[in-house]
Amino acid sequence: MDSKSNAALRTAEPLAEAGTTSGLKRQDSEQPTSPTRNAAQTSEAPRRLQTGWLKTMGPRYLVRIAALIVAVLLWELASTRGFNFYINFDNIPAPSVVGSALITELTGQEFYLHILHSLERVAIAYLLAVIIGVLLGVAMGRSRWAEDIILPYIELLRPIPAVAWIPLAILMLPTEQSSIIFITFLGALFPVILNTVHGVEQTNGVLVRAARSLGASRTAILWHVVLPGAMPSIVAGLAIGMGVAWFSLLAGEIISGQYGIGYYTWNSYTLIQYPQIIIGMLTIGGLGTLCTLLVRKGCNPLLKWQAKGGRS
Amino acid sequence: MNEALANDNRLAVLDHSRLQAKSGTPGAERGRISVRDVDIVFDTASGPHTAVENASLTVRPGEFICLLGPSGCGKSTLMNTIAGFVTPSSGEVRVDGVAVTEPGPDRGMVFQQHSLFPWKTVKENVAFGPLMSGVGSQEANSVARTFLSLVGLAAFENAYPNTLSGGMQQRVGIARALANYPSVLLMDEPFGALDAQTRIMMQENLLDIWREFRNTVVFVTHDIDEAVFLSDRIVVMSASPGKIIADIDVDLPRPREQSLLTSPEFMALKRQCLDLIRKETLNAFKQQNRAG
Ligand SMILES: Nc1ncnc2c1ncn2[C@@H]1O[C@H](COP(=O)(O)OP(=O)(O)OP(=O)(O)O)[C@@H](O)[C@H]1O
Ligand SMILES: [Mg+2]
Repeated sequence: MDSKSNAALRTAEPLAEAGTTSGLKRQDSEQPTSPTRNAAQTSEAPRRLQTGWLKTMGPRYLVRIAALIVAVLLWELASTRGFNFYINFDNIPAPSVVGSALITELTGQEFYLHILHSLERVAIAYLLAVIIGVLLGVAMGRSRWAEDIILPYIELLRPIPAVAWIPLAILMLPTEQSSIIFITFLGALFPVILNTVHGVEQTNGVLVRAARSLGASRTAILWHVVLPGAMPSIVAGLAIGMGVAWFSLLAGEIISGQYGIGYYTWNSYTLIQYPQIIIGMLTIGGLGTLCTLLVRKGCNPLLKWQAKGGRS
Repeated sequence: MNEALANDNRLAVLDHSRLQAKSGTPGAERGRISVRDVDIVFDTASGPHTAVENASLTVRPGEFICLLGPSGCGKSTLMNTIAGFVTPSSGEVRVDGVAVTEPGPDRGMVFQQHSLFPWKTVKENVAFGPLMSGVGSQEANSVARTFLSLVGLAAFENAYPNTLSGGMQQRVGIARALANYPSVLLMDEPFGALDAQTRIMMQENLLDIWREFRNTVVFVTHDIDEAVFLSDRIVVMSASPGKIIADIDVDLPRPREQSLLTSPEFMALKRQCLDLIRKETLNAFKQQNRAG
């Protein structure tokens, strides 16, 4: 190319400047020696994002925390004053009472055993749901046959609440543990399947054609095009599934005569231990939120290609 | 001068045994396309729709042709039959004597836009073809680097496509298609979404690369300037139903550069194209009116 067109190159885009042999050398070196534009993309953008996050989200989180504190204070007032106007706070323990009960629980061992048992059940049930759910979802998204065979079951079973499964689960499965895991599994399964199907059906036809013209087999297309494309939807399904798993667990653990945070809550109710009921409820809520957050964070690497860049 | 030297260097990294121009013996040429009596009829809700009618076309190995025509005339459809995505309702398409039945790595595709795998880095996108052909990932990566430096994007190998400009994305798309050393390169309005400046840059860039590759190129466009600037031959299509209405030789010297765009030869050829297209389009209109 002559110098004239080279000048045009520079004005159009910072493009062909790397097209010389120096471009070849550059690729061997690490980030710091890369040209500025590249560096700007990889390191500067996230930093700007972070300081920006503190500035914009910091105050908002203060508001959120303040909102929770206000609620706790109102609750404390309502309980200690015996608020009773349609909603009755007479028998509701105040946050301070719940707090001191919680400290007692935290110093003992029982409470942790309950949590451990629940965590174990959720882990097993969730893992099964993810494996089976993604497999079925992909099959349904890819094959009309699979969809026609499986979809009626899903439509029929999905609206049935977890509690309604208790009798059948007890009758069908050999142990209490397996019944609880089954109920938890069912809860997590449907969101995972449906989101996977949705993601797979959204597959971008142009990308499939590109892959085929590059010599990709059907399996390769599934692996390199369909699954990554469905991943945002699958991850959403995994997060929802985790939430549903926790509240299905509570239903399942009503069966259990021994351990589990759901059992703990239910048992406290039958024993009329009001502070413990509230501790159980909040623990379930907290653990559910925490696990959902972990799922989202854990899946982030799968979606890192989405994160940066404003262009689409 | 320096620039030219650097150019030669960067092309030296290509696998020359796989390049068209260097394969030597005339019998070993690859990339001959023959389209014979092709009709393409789509079944639509409102009945059968003829997208392409009675198209016949031969492209010689190493020839650069443009398919030119108004929107909706069936350029993409015709190209997709060569690619193997669309099966003709009648007639046949052969590439190097073999009937086309499905897409394959011997026919590289470049799409208008947004065809890179967004979850793969630039390098992974380009390495995809070689990887699918069965070479190891190390080999595929080194091929990818070669082709990225060829299109001037070696420094962006670890970037994700959505962080690149449209022009850069298209260059990655070209690198990706070429990484399989295809005998035919099919390009469907690859620069259609770019601004005028970038577009001219990309055209020059493409010709640079093609000069070394010498594979057959079928380039779809509705821009007359682009068609004249790039091609050896312009195949003009008319709309509904899509028909090949003219076949214009472009006898402009190569290598072609931006300065050509304002030269009298270019202008003359462009006028010739315009006249021909207008005449053919008018004819087609008259025929349609008579028939309707
Ligand atoms: N899969 C399909 N099913 C039905 N009709 C189709 C299909 N693909 C294309 N067509 C029709 O065939 C005709 C030609 O379409 P095609 O996309 O080939 O045009 P084109 O020349 O590439 O236009 P553009 O310049 O807008 O890309 C159009 O009328 C279009 O509606
Ligand atoms: Mg088109």
